[in-house]
Amino acid sequence: MFNSYTETSLSFDPALCINCKRCTQVCPHAVFTAGPTCVTLDRPSACMECGACALNCPVQAIAVQSGVGCAWGMINAALRGKDMDTESCCGDDGSCCGSSAPKQKAAVCDCGKKER
Amino acid sequence: MHIVIYIINLSLRSKRPGQNVIIMTEEKKTSICETTKNTITGTQTCECADNCCENTSIQTTTSRIIFADRFDHLLARLGWHRSEHRVEPGLYRLGDPDAESPVFASANYTLSFDALRSSLAGIDAWILVLDTKGINVWCAAGKGTFGTDELVHRIESTGLAGIISHRKIIVPQLGAPGVSWPEVVQRTKFIVEYGPVRANDLPEYLKTHTATPEMRCVKFSFRDRLVLTPVEFMHFVLPTVAVAAVLWFLAGPIAALAAVSAVLSGTVLFPLLLPVIPTRDFSTKGMILGVLVSLPFAYVFVTTPGLPMWAGALSAAAALLLIPAVTAYLALNFTGCTTFTSRMGVKKEIFSYIKVMAGMAAVGVIAGIILGVSRIMGVI
Repeated sequence: MFNSYTETSLSFDPALCINCKRCTQVCPHAVFTAGPTCVTLDRPSACMECGACALNCPVQAIAVQSGVGCAWGMINAALRGKDMDTESCCGDDGSCCGSSAPKQKAAVCDCGKKER
Repeated sequence: MHIVIYIINLSLRSKRPGQNVIIMTEEKKTSICETTKNTITGTQTCECADNCCENTSIQTTTSRIIFADRFDHLLARLGWHRSEHRVEPGLYRLGDPDAESPVFASANYTLSFDALRSSLAGIDAWILVLDTKGINVWCAAGKGTFGTDELVHRIESTGLAGIISHRKIIVPQLGAPGVSWPEVVQRTKFIVEYGPVRANDLPEYLKTHTATPEMRCVKFSFRDRLVLTPVEFMHFVLPTVAVAAVLWFLAGPIAALAAVSAVLSGTVLFPLLLPVIPTRDFSTKGMILGVLVSLPFAYVFVTTPGLPMWAGALSAAAALLLIPAVTAYLALNFTGCTTFTSRMGVKKEIFSYIKVMAGMAAVGVIAGIILGVSRIMGVI
């Protein structure tokens, strides 16, 4: 009760695992545990869906709908009529991660040519 | 006040380490430039030949944190010009590194860069600073600016392959959500090694290049939460002052104090007490804290001498509805500052509690308006 964090979009296919253990190195919550032939998904409820394991799995044995668990960003996205799932939190001045406004500037090089 | 702080900041910044640029010889620069132009395949690189070489100069830095750094950290923690606490992206020389020295990746946020270099005291190393737009490693990785494309771009544009011999780069573990090591290997032939979560574990890590389970797990200690509270409060300081001023004139100093208390409890007290407040959801934690904070105010309103019973009860109800609603909303917003709330869980929280908070706030505001109008009309 009063726990919205019991479900996760994380899934793991042990049959594909080559036991490189990269997922155990990148996960900050020890969701995966190293094993003799492949890792095991021991603490799925601790997953915060950062996506580090899936991005660094060389055989795509891990899948997760990664995103930033930031209410500030999601509520702001909803208020602006944007998708809560795809908008990241670091968007506006005053957001928890500061402004990303300079990124817009960086899209064009000093020489006037657009980035490739 | 703004101008004074800005001038102090500018003058201190000019003394920051890492500004002593060592320009490479033209021959070396041209060589790297030609190589880079021929090999760049990423999506973030300009075709301009001059710009592709803008970061090939190697800058120097030290592991010493001076007063200017600490002042900059203070301003960053206060949320002063959030995106302007930057170091220049590129390659940095720490100590006297050679071709065998380790290479560390970092963000161009001063707090991230300074945490790394100060942890490497006595170690000769290279630091490759990615352009994360002044955002820390963890947030930038979630956003993608601390990511594969930027890492590949920096490796190539700095000519790192020609400077070191081992083709290995140590990336902070919390940068992993943005970096795909298989892709980095494929595109640059550089091996990505994920270091520990905390930079101060690096000296121990470097002895074996193996992180203990303790080093791999993120913590959110009292100190970690404490340093976040100033910027949390600063986000809401102006609206809080405005609301408190209006309440002061309409309902008196106790009502103004209640408004300030609601915001302080959501932005300061909540982060500090986070692990000890019951329930898992941030919204319910905030609601519980808000109710506790509102109780003394409700008692004072009910027992105010000379106030009609209905007005005292309505004031108490307004406090019991508004303060928990504000605290719960601020608590929910704190999810983005933590390293353990998932997108799916936060979304579920939003859909479960936002309507409740809005309803409580709306009824509380209506009660407040009735009281305000009654006071202006002389009824109470």
